[in-house]
Amino acid sequence: MAALEVENLVTEFDTANGVLRAVDGVSFTLAPGQITGLVGESGSGKTVTGFSLLGLVDAPGRIVSGSIRLGGTELVGRPETELRRRRGAEIAMIFQDPIATLNPLLAIGAQMRMALEAHRSVSRREANARCIEVLDQVGIPEPRARLGSYPHELSGGMRQRVAIAIALLHGPAVIVADEPTTALDVSIQAQILHRMRMLADETGSAVLWISHDLATVSGLASRLLVMYAGRIVEFGNTAEVLRDPRHPYTRGLIDSLPGTVAAGEPLRQIPGGAPSLSALPPGCAFAPRCPHADVDCAKPVELHERGERGWRCIHPLGPERSDPFA
Amino acid sequence: MSGYVLQRLLQAALVMVAMSAIVFVGVYAIGNPVDIVIPPEATQDIRAATIARLGLDLPLWQQYLIFVRNLFDGDLGRSFIYNEPVLSLIAGRLPATLELVLLSVLSATVFGIALGVYAGYRPDSVLAKAIMAVSVLGFSVPTFWIGLILILTFAVNLGWLPAGGRGQTVDLLGVAWSFPTLDGLRHLVLPAVNLALFKFAMMIRLARAGTREVMLSDTIKFARAAGIRESTILRRHLLKLISIPIITVFGLELGSTLAFAVVTETIFSWPGVGKLIIDSIAVLDRPVMVAYLLLTTLLFVIINLTVDLLFALIDPRIRARGAA
Amino acid sequence: MSAPVSPLARFWAEFRRSPVAVAALLVVVVTSLLAIFAPWVAPQDPYDLTTLSLLDARREPGFVGSGGYAHLLGTDPQGRDLLSAILYGMRISLQIGLAAGTVALFLGTTIGILAAYARGWVETVLMRIVDLQLSFPAILLALVLVALLGQGKAQLITALVAAQYAYFARTAYGAATAERRKDYVEAALATPLSGRRVAIFHLLPNCLPPLIVVATVQIANSISLEATLSFLGLGLPVTEPSLGMLISNGFPYMMSGRYWISVYPGIALIVLIVAINLVGDRVRDQFNPRLRR
Repeated sequence: MAALEVENLVTEFDTANGVLRAVDGVSFTLAPGQITGLVGESGSGKTVTGFSLLGLVDAPGRIVSGSIRLGGTELVGRPETELRRRRGAEIAMIFQDPIATLNPLLAIGAQMRMALEAHRSVSRREANARCIEVLDQVGIPEPRARLGSYPHELSGGMRQRVAIAIALLHGPAVIVADEPTTALDVSIQAQILHRMRMLADETGSAVLWISHDLATVSGLASRLLVMYAGRIVEFGNTAEVLRDPRHPYTRGLIDSLPGTVAAGEPLRQIPGGAPSLSALPPGCAFAPRCPHADVDCAKPVELHERGERGWRCIHPLGPERSDPFA
Repeated sequence: MSGYVLQRLLQAALVMVAMSAIVFVGVYAIGNPVDIVIPPEATQDIRAATIARLGLDLPLWQQYLIFVRNLFDGDLGRSFIYNEPVLSLIAGRLPATLELVLLSVLSATVFGIALGVYAGYRPDSVLAKAIMAVSVLGFSVPTFWIGLILILTFAVNLGWLPAGGRGQTVDLLGVAWSFPTLDGLRHLVLPAVNLALFKFAMMIRLARAGTREVMLSDTIKFARAAGIRESTILRRHLLKLISIPIITVFGLELGSTLAFAVVTETIFSWPGVGKLIIDSIAVLDRPVMVAYLLLTTLLFVIINLTVDLLFALIDPRIRARGAA
Repeated sequence: MSAPVSPLARFWAEFRRSPVAVAALLVVVVTSLLAIFAPWVAPQDPYDLTTLSLLDARREPGFVGSGGYAHLLGTDPQGRDLLSAILYGMRISLQIGLAAGTVALFLGTTIGILAAYARGWVETVLMRIVDLQLSFPAILLALVLVALLGQGKAQLITALVAAQYAYFARTAYGAATAERRKDYVEAALATPLSGRRVAIFHLLPNCLPPLIVVATVQIANSISLEATLSFLGLGLPVTEPSLGMLISNGFPYMMSGRYWISVYPGIALIVLIVAINLVGDRVRDQFNPRLRR
């Protein structure tokens, strides 16, 4: 059974500029032990999607419609008390900047115990034991000593491992990771990514890895979801999507990676900028920047699904069509 | 940690020495100290004799050194006006000021923080907006004016509370305090409220600003994502995180409150140290002025020291920096 | 794409959205105008002893005095028309508040930026003095200075400036130091450009937003402090009755029911201070990026 099933999720924000639809009918499934990457630019709605899964969308935002089923149980519309019981225990989240998410005034052990005691009543000794267990799992040396450390005494990579450890405390079925390595050094990034892969295998948790960086995600995730202006525009097995992208935006993302260009050659960019959510064109949101767009693209575009693959484009790139931005 | 404490103590001592010199020189150097003691029509001989008797003919630095030496004997000089030792003058009136200030500060802080946290937690509620409106008034309106209004309303128009003076006192540990008696409390209410209002408003604003900022931070989001109960979050994350800016201002404002006690004591005819200093300043009774300023400085230094030590207790990053 | 909007216009558009702040600003403008034009607006010159008559003293609002006109707010113990006295009093309050605030602003900013720019022992010494002064209550310092310097406008302004410049210095120092650390400033300092240019063109503009906020608060504080000092009898001399002195004059009469002598000047004082603080509040909220969602 799927760990998480999302169907037609719509999340909106009431702003001074009107109602903005940050998540516009997003659907996907997460399987246990599998790492799924959710890729998109800033403003694509990927972070809001993550928060929606945990029911943490702050006013003036709210989930308007759709369904989120965690282990078969519907989450949308449930009262806050019920959602709180599941947060951390069945579905956990890791944030981007560990220096901001850990309280500088409390010791690591204290913060971990708080997260543990939120869902279980345990003695101090049992709590410490469990904390040491997960700290070890994320690869922190001398975990017992680390319990008494303060956040500022640890390096960025260590802090993020602590954040991951906290997410693991209750053995959640789903872990949502929002840009967890963006604030870290490249070498540390690699370590964390490697550790994440091991953990997903060991614990069987489904991981949703949200990022704007296609390069890191592609090394880690087995499935890829590409998001643009609040909609999923392409999804599928990572290797397939990278080798054989169908949506021009995905193609553009792949091409903008520095590694795809020969040394000395100018880097490639997708022309134009991300659209403002208050001024979306009718139909395909990517049309204004797409070299293949025509009149038909002004009509709403459905997601074409073929088994495990899908794309939201009426002029998809095929194996025959090469680089559209040349 | 002990390095940090030592460092702070040393700084405090230096400040005291520097301030004592500045205060002494400042007060005695400007104008002619002897003018208030002798009537203007006195002869030159009497003038010269008085100057010599009071030691005012010596060079200023010598006067300062004598002053400092006397300090170690517990002698703060003699008031020009009352012809009494300054120390006993001040000590006699200190309890009155202390009970007024302590009562004000405690009530202002407790209620101010409580209301401020609420206003920051639910900023859009009607109650929160009302609290903020009241705080602007408490913050802007001069203390003496509020005192007047309080007297006008509660003493003159409603007749519920006395318009001034201190109530009945009771002897505790050899000192006369008025708060244990009912009559004493009746007399304490208005001046304490008057004095507390400014600090109360300030605490509300601080607590609200701090709460709003913290509640929007990633730390709180992360805690919520971990499924921690709101009450636990408020208790263990919020209160600790806002305590640092609050304690900083608390320390500063404590001094301000002590200073404003001067105004309140004048309006309510409260027989404390504040009234003494106003009278002394008006007639330029320099020994009293110097002693009062030095005691105030000492108090400040102690307050600042305590605040710094509290910081080190709360924030592990400061402990680490201090030990380096 | 619309034409670029100047920062001032953008600021004003945002400011306009709060009705309270706009109302407060209106109050400040109106009272300032009234104060500036007091000699023409007031029915009586409260300093001109020839127009005063003791027969008019302590009369209730609405009383028609020997001058032939109705005293809208009553009269004070010297027979002065209270409305005129209040207008002139506000004039003085604003004069002193603005003068003290402006001088403190200049002095404090110079010290703060100098300390941030010069660094080294200059920075340490200057900031230690500022810190020392910050921990000392303004009112006490002002009291002592006024007592030692004597009464008079210049002396009072000096005392107020001495009591307040530290806030400006601290604020300017904080903002300038933060800016100083930025790479572009280090780069600019490495060029043959004079350090003074760097200080003025790079450090100073960054200090302006927080300084403006502090300035509004401090002007309100100066007015409040001056009123308090005058109330205690240590502020301006009797010949220039500020609002504080009017209030203190009326204090003995409060018990006997002649409240207007103290209350009306008090209301005028409060309206002025609260309005300035409200404007300052709004300005501060607008400049604080962390409160934006």
